[in-house]
Amino acid sequence: MIMTGAEAIIESLKKENVDVAFGYPGGAVLTLYDALYKANFRHILTKHEQGAVHAADGYARATGKVGVVIATSGPGATNLVTGIATAYMDSIPMVAITGQVAVPLIGRDSFQEADIRGITTPITKHNYLVKTVEELPRALKEAFYIARTGRPGPVVVDIAKDVFAATFDYEYPLEVKLRGYHPVNEGNQTVINQVFEEVSSASKPLLFIGGGVNLSDSSSELREFVEQSGFPVITSLMGLGCIPFDHPQFLGMVGMHGTYAANMATTECDLLLGIGVRFDDRVTGLLSDFASKAKIIHFDIDPAEINKNVIAQIRVIGDLKWSLPALMKKVGGVSGELKERVRPWREKVLGWKQDFPLTYEQGKDLVMPQAVVEKVSQLTQGEAVIVTDVGQNQIWAAQFYGFKHPRRFLTSGGLGTMGYGLPAALGAQCGLPDQKVVLFVGDGGVMMNCQELATLADCNFPVVVLVLNNQTLGMVAQWQRMFYGGRYSHTSLKGHTDFVKLAEAMGVTGLRVSEPAELDKVLAQALAVQGPVLVDIRTPETVDVLPMVPAGARLDQMIMGG
Amino acid sequence: MKHTLAVLVENRPGVLTHISGLISRRAFNIESIAAGYTEEPDTTRITIVVEGDEIEQEQVVNQLSKLIDVIKISDLTAVESIQRELALIKVKASLETRSDIINIVNIFRASIVDVSRETMVIELSGDETKIDALCQVLEEDHGIIEIVRTGKIALSRGPIPAKA
Repeated sequence: MIMTGAEAIIESLKKENVDVAFGYPGGAVLTLYDALYKANFRHILTKHEQGAVHAADGYARATGKVGVVIATSGPGATNLVTGIATAYMDSIPMVAITGQVAVPLIGRDSFQEADIRGITTPITKHNYLVKTVEELPRALKEAFYIARTGRPGPVVVDIAKDVFAATFDYEYPLEVKLRGYHPVNEGNQTVINQVFEEVSSASKPLLFIGGGVNLSDSSSELREFVEQSGFPVITSLMGLGCIPFDHPQFLGMVGMHGTYAANMATTECDLLLGIGVRFDDRVTGLLSDFASKAKIIHFDIDPAEINKNVIAQIRVIGDLKWSLPALMKKVGGVSGELKERVRPWREKVLGWKQDFPLTYEQGKDLVMPQAVVEKVSQLTQGEAVIVTDVGQNQIWAAQFYGFKHPRRFLTSGGLGTMGYGLPAALGAQCGLPDQKVVLFVGDGGVMMNCQELATLADCNFPVVVLVLNNQTLGMVAQWQRMFYGGRYSHTSLKGHTDFVKLAEAMGVTGLRVSEPAELDKVLAQALAVQGPVLVDIRTPETVDVLPMVPAGARLDQMIMGG
Repeated sequence: MKHTLAVLVENRPGVLTHISGLISRRAFNIESIAAGYTEEPDTTRITIVVEGDEIEQEQVVNQLSKLIDVIKISDLTAVESIQRELALIKVKASLETRSDIINIVNIFRASIVDVSRETMVIELSGDETKIDALCQVLEEDHGIIEIVRTGKIALSRGPIPAKA
């Protein structure tokens, strides 16, 4: 069919079942935006390209679909960089379509020219520069395929301005032929047999669950394995929700702000099954002493994750949708035996869980941030889609919300991007219009992309934005308090910003909680608002996130508290 | 230890950006890198020499393999292989010193590819140590003006190609 490059992009998006794109127009993508207009394709106009890319990310995390973002050349494209890096670190499927200056102008430092392909090479799974309209369909087909298969990730397709207007005979390829890309979905059965031998002879086994379980949607397979094996379970930040928080074998999150039980179980276990995890430094603490008594079995679809940080004795390469059921087939027959064998260990670790739960001191004059999270959990029955920014708000949400389902805790885990939360919540709400989306954000992070409050209002997305306002950059200040002699260098955020007025100015309902007695009522009121709402909640300045393993310390060297 | 990798990649624009981007991002210790066309027009072959222990070397192979453009990687350290580097050396040469330089060139089985009234350009292929040795003799006895070296290329012995 004869059409322009821009029309071909719309057709290709439809073929990839994309029903919405987030973006911001500009010179190089004018022709593409003209085609979006004519096709009446759904597009969410954010107020900043960074908002668009985080929204596409939040949409992808919430729905499991590929998030699509569009930006113009030069500054439009470079404004995507933080969001692309965020998606890359957490393996989020995304396709970023950027305009590039016209082919004759490339390389001449033209107006709004930036080498976005070069810039994004270290933070994308793959990227393209399309200079002829004929290569466009293949580039898009491959981009979506690469973004969503294997270990997912962001792909940039940079398209020269003249390609959008060029006409050609469009045909979307049916198949992808890539000589250098063959994700291993079904792995090696012999390895499963080896894993089974270890699993059936270990006396102190531990399941360590990560974001891979979320990404591969294999939470139900995991839960079955947990049931049948009787093994205790811990998760990383990214694995929260893959196992219900109230499951009797769940010990909590491991790592820097992990629970006592999870960190001690990791230190004491004799077999650690790392499932869809990447052994990040926030999880391992001092790497050389991480799970030092354990054999490690590493399950991952990405062979490059094996032995990157932690040396694994057995590697299980493949999709968890394959490996977990394959292992289950063997475990199912000896379920009773296994449960019995690990009973003493399970009782021991569950004792730790009971003796050292996550707690916090109650505040007097101001609302404790942890109490806000607990209250929201109660009011939403633990069913809301929780989005966070980065810092203390993120960890308190992780510790105290109590997640029941996968894909219901959206947070920038790997890159730790402040400013992520608000636009990501917007994207999540766009993808899940019938779900309650609640954002926990600090008074620092909310300002980094506060312009997207206006987008929430324009789209009438009923996101509940809860600003945990301690008038300080809480996590940085905590480190200054603990490790820098209390010298609060540039972490005080005491200023003149009125968040309620800020919200109202942008068309978002603004509410305020100044003292504990108001919390329940105002939260209930906020959750009932039809449309976006922001609640400015004043919390104490100096509350620490605990427990805490200082950077570079062993997991059992926790600073307890609460 | 050093590993010599034969990396077969798609012959497309941007491939070298992806390879060099990865090396920089992962902070790999790359000693030399040499790229060129192969018997197949759509394939480029890059010979990479990596310095590091087994774990580092495994990471280099695994991470490179992840690049969509990378078709195959063979570790030529593990098999019998021929390894060569090409050097062009511009050396100071006067009427008086020419004959000594010619003698040295003959001993190393190098060749002279250019002569001027003040200089000679010598071409030598061989392994790294042989080139180093020639350079050392020329520098000490005559003085080197400039050197260009290609980085190592390598091919396995026997019938099995790297792409198999």
